[in-house]
Amino acid sequence: MSARGETRLWLAQRASAAVLALCVLVHLATMIVAVNGGLTAADILGRTRGNPAWAAFYAVFVAAVAIHAPIGLRTIASEWLQWRGRGADACWLVVGVALFVIGLRAVAAVVL
Amino acid sequence: MVMPEPEMLEVDVWRGGCDGSGRFQTYTVPRQDAQTVLDVVTWIQRKLDPTLAYRFSCRVGMCGSCAMTVNGRARWTCRTHVAKVASGKRLQIAPLANLTVVRDLVVDMREFFDKWAKAGGQFTPTASRRDDFARVAPESPARREVDAAIECIGCGICYASCDVVAWNPAYLGPAALNRAWTLQNDVRDGGRVERLAAVAGDAGCHACHTQAACTERCPKQLSPTASIAGLKRMAARAVLKGEL
Amino acid sequence: MRTAGWRNRDHPSYWAFLVHRVSGLALALFLPLHFWALGQAIAGQAALDDFLRWTEQPLLRASEVALVFLLAAHLAGGLRLLLVEFVGWHRQAPRSWVAVAAGVALFCALTFALNLY
Repeated sequence: MSARGETRLWLAQRASAAVLALCVLVHLATMIVAVNGGLTAADILGRTRGNPAWAAFYAVFVAAVAIHAPIGLRTIASEWLQWRGRGADACWLVVGVALFVIGLRAVAAVVL
Repeated sequence: MVMPEPEMLEVDVWRGGCDGSGRFQTYTVPRQDAQTVLDVVTWIQRKLDPTLAYRFSCRVGMCGSCAMTVNGRARWTCRTHVAKVASGKRLQIAPLANLTVVRDLVVDMREFFDKWAKAGGQFTPTASRRDDFARVAPESPARREVDAAIECIGCGICYASCDVVAWNPAYLGPAALNRAWTLQNDVRDGGRVERLAAVAGDAGCHACHTQAACTERCPKQLSPTASIAGLKRMAARAVLKGEL
Repeated sequence: MRTAGWRNRDHPSYWAFLVHRVSGLALALFLPLHFWALGQAIAGQAALDDFLRWTEQPLLRASEVALVFLLAAHLAGGLRLLLVEFVGWHRQAPRSWVAVAAGVALFCALTFALNLY
């Protein structure tokens, strides 16, 4: 990939990392509190159902992860599986889109 | 009067060529005070096995020619005291990693220097003999960055210690990128735009994962890790400004 | 050509890198399962509850604690990387950051485990 393309990927990775840092902190805190005494569907859904704030939060979380994870996997594949080039890049793009879609589905499942 | 037997050292030395037939051969070498690993290699070649091939030059820690892998870590053998590294009277000496072996302890440094050139590791002048001397303030932030990284003598230890070099055949490597960083911060240099494009591609600065083996091993205490991080910031700024 | 080997990897930054990479890989592989599990709620609260009860087995609970550790470790390692790349590297500081990152990750995982059991 060109210098511009590779630098843009790096920027996207770091920017999504910064967003994820905040999301993960909230997520960790929420999990630690929510899991107290066992976790039930009611615990989760009672918090998230019909709540636009949680909907927005998780949607942003999913978008950031859908950007961050495939870029990381691309690097691992190129270094440990020697898989790099246009084909590999296309595959990781598809993975990102797929993660975004199933992630949004999961968000919809708990907020609608 | 019977002289006491000198203390002996068991040394495993890697022998062989680039055809994959290499193996370790063991020699027994007498210990001496203040003995360096280069002293050991020289003793073996002169007294035990004249067929052993190895490189050295200054033997006083200035040229970097004697770099080899000693007990698994890349070091200058002339500046490595046996007493410091011989674990239980045993020493293992091998050629530098990540470079093609020519024979025994000698590696082919061409790839190392080719990547130096690929990274734009040459100064591009902008002035001529008719111009006045350039004035570079030593305390300026840019010059401080250069001064912190300029002492590299191209010994190859960082390159031999980097896993990304092993995993990504095109990766320019810590030394080449470190040198590029010094030139990117040199106010006299006229090749900074091209050089940034050269070092910010997919086998450039972004391939560094801050493992920092280079910084750990550099005998001149340089930090290619810091230089490469600087290149990442420079590339990012250039993209955001539309210059890359 | 020979590779550097494990004796060359005996410094804190290398372990930080390895933990960061392996945790990222594990989390990326876990993510589709996580999204699928939550998607069960589409079929109704009972479907999600069924899944959650299935996760109450000891092996799965242990995996959950491990996942929390991996998430916290990846976050902590990532913050250390952002510091090195954007703020800079000054010889000894990054080594202490590794220790801090490790401590934070362990703290999160243990707190989670405490609440879980």
